[in-house]
Amino acid sequence: MKLLLTYSKRKGGEPIIARIVKETGVLITVERANIDTLAGEVLIDVPDESARMICDLIKSRGAEVRILEQGIVRDENECVDCGACISICPKDVFYMDHEWKVQLRKGRCILCGRCIVACPHRALSQSQ
Amino acid sequence: MEKSIEEINRKIREGNVRVVTADEMPRIIGELGEEGALEEVDVVTTGTFGAMCSSGAFLNFGHADPPIRMERVWLNDVEAYGGIAAVDAYIGVTQQSETRGDEYGGAHVMEDLVSGAGVELHAISRGTDCYPRRSITTELKLEDLNQAVMVNPRNSYQRYNAATNSTDRTLFTYMGTLLPNYGNVSFSGAGSLSPLQNDPKLRTIGSGTPIFLCGARGIVVGEGTQHSPGTGFGTLMVSGDMKQMSRDFLRAATMQHYGVTLYVGLGVAIPLLDLDMVRSTGVRDEDIGVDILDYGVPRRSRPTVKKVTYAELKSGRVELMGEEVKTSSLSSYRFARRVATTLREWIERGKFELSLPTQRLNSTKVAMPMKETEPMPTVKEIMSRMVHAITEDESIKTAARKLLRGDTNHLVVLDHAGRLVGIVTTYDISKSVVQEGRGGLVKDIMTRQVIRTTMDEHLDIAAQKLERYNISALPVVDRDSRVVGMLTAIDLGKLLERRWKR
Repeated sequence: MKLLLTYSKRKGGEPIIARIVKETGVLITVERANIDTLAGEVLIDVPDESARMICDLIKSRGAEVRILEQGIVRDENECVDCGACISICPKDVFYMDHEWKVQLRKGRCILCGRCIVACPHRALSQSQ
Repeated sequence: MEKSIEEINRKIREGNVRVVTADEMPRIIGELGEEGALEEVDVVTTGTFGAMCSSGAFLNFGHADPPIRMERVWLNDVEAYGGIAAVDAYIGVTQQSETRGDEYGGAHVMEDLVSGAGVELHAISRGTDCYPRRSITTELKLEDLNQAVMVNPRNSYQRYNAATNSTDRTLFTYMGTLLPNYGNVSFSGAGSLSPLQNDPKLRTIGSGTPIFLCGARGIVVGEGTQHSPGTGFGTLMVSGDMKQMSRDFLRAATMQHYGVTLYVGLGVAIPLLDLDMVRSTGVRDEDIGVDILDYGVPRRSRPTVKKVTYAELKSGRVELMGEEVKTSSLSSYRFARRVATTLREWIERGKFELSLPTQRLNSTKVAMPMKETEPMPTVKEIMSRMVHAITEDESIKTAARKLLRGDTNHLVVLDHAGRLVGIVTTYDISKSVVQEGRGGLVKDIMTRQVIRTTMDEHLDIAAQKLERYNISALPVVDRDSRVVGMLTAIDLGKLLERRWKR
């Protein structure tokens, strides 16, 4: 399950993720991180069964967290199944099926946003 | 055995014509042989659905009261060409909105009109005795226009080169997003389903050929602009009535950091007159060669990185530089098939008859490049040959002295063989004064990744580098990285100023 953490470094810059991994032993994959001097936004992937516990731990340490269920969303009214999104996606979210229709594996999406701007038809967006 | 077009049309009227889409032909020929295929099949429908920038429409708005001779015309803030009579205009699909930039353009105006939406017409004029009115603003729908005739100067490319990118930054092109270091390959075209691929000798496709155009019955006007069948890049100029078109086959699009374009659905029905036509419609994706070009090279002739086929491109992966690289299409094969099957249904239902060209198109000509009477100036023409240099083991103080003495802001840092290894600017030195403790030598403060140019680079390309990296000078190097001059933004500014004044 994918979780999006947002936190401010004003509270002293505690290594939240590292500490949670160490305490719980749950393996957390960092899929995307955007951190500057004041704040951070980190997308992590955790095993489904540990998601609730990890969420609680993150909150208890002062960061905000939300579960990303949707990934990228396609507007069927705009999509023409060209496939421009396929080769620029770092996570192979998109693929062509046998009928040459573009299909999505939303679970893989890390919301990097590359496809949103690459789509000539503005058919892709971030729902949350 | 041969068939006449009259024979085929009679079958269409009688409802017993046999039509297949072009992608079925290789299998049919495989099963029945060429003779059998000719006996069995009468018409092969083709289709393509992709970005076709060279498109637009002539619109006639009717006369206002008092009447106006429109000189400049805008539709939803997108300027249309008004230099034709009083109330006619040509809207080109790539023209961008003056208020919404590349998120809305001529293509969107056309899609809105076809979808039944109202579009704001605004026009101005200086006023004449016969056309006194000076401005008009009104909202129009497609049904309010006398004519809305799509005329696309260059559509339906026979095939199109694929694109990749050797540079270390992402490129945004009309071929879509190209990731750095050969990170992906982008291609366009329907391959073996593409109209001109199925009749490369242009025996049945020519002026007057009826076609499917964006859901309407259209017509081939003649050869498209830049028609180059001699190199395998034939094109068509086509026309059709927008009032009969459907959004299902006409879609506006925006290529990021490039601009607006229109996705056009176009199909041609090819009569199987003889064995020669059977053979040409039997074309397979494996037979159609495509060059993958490096769009990282900013020249007209981009180097070919690899020769592949549509079959390889459509497989989703090709090998490039020893690595597997993902490919993806900009045009829609699914919609191309929809074009071909819709056209097939029209013919099967007797709604669409065929005719041979009233005038054949040239099938061997080759498009010319532009003749340039004033070649684009290169770096060597305006670069300064005075180079102020230093070595990396000299002190920052020496660097400062050299900058002052040379009345310059840039010192190139050279190694013992005279090769460029870094650059130091007055800014670097100021910074080193403020941030003490970084060491006192040039190598402690110099920039090692030097953006550079060469004597033969065109000035606009060099200017783009200055702008992109937000820098004010480029060392000019030879093949051995030896610095032969400097190109500064100031020199460039002077030259560009002269050019704009013309």
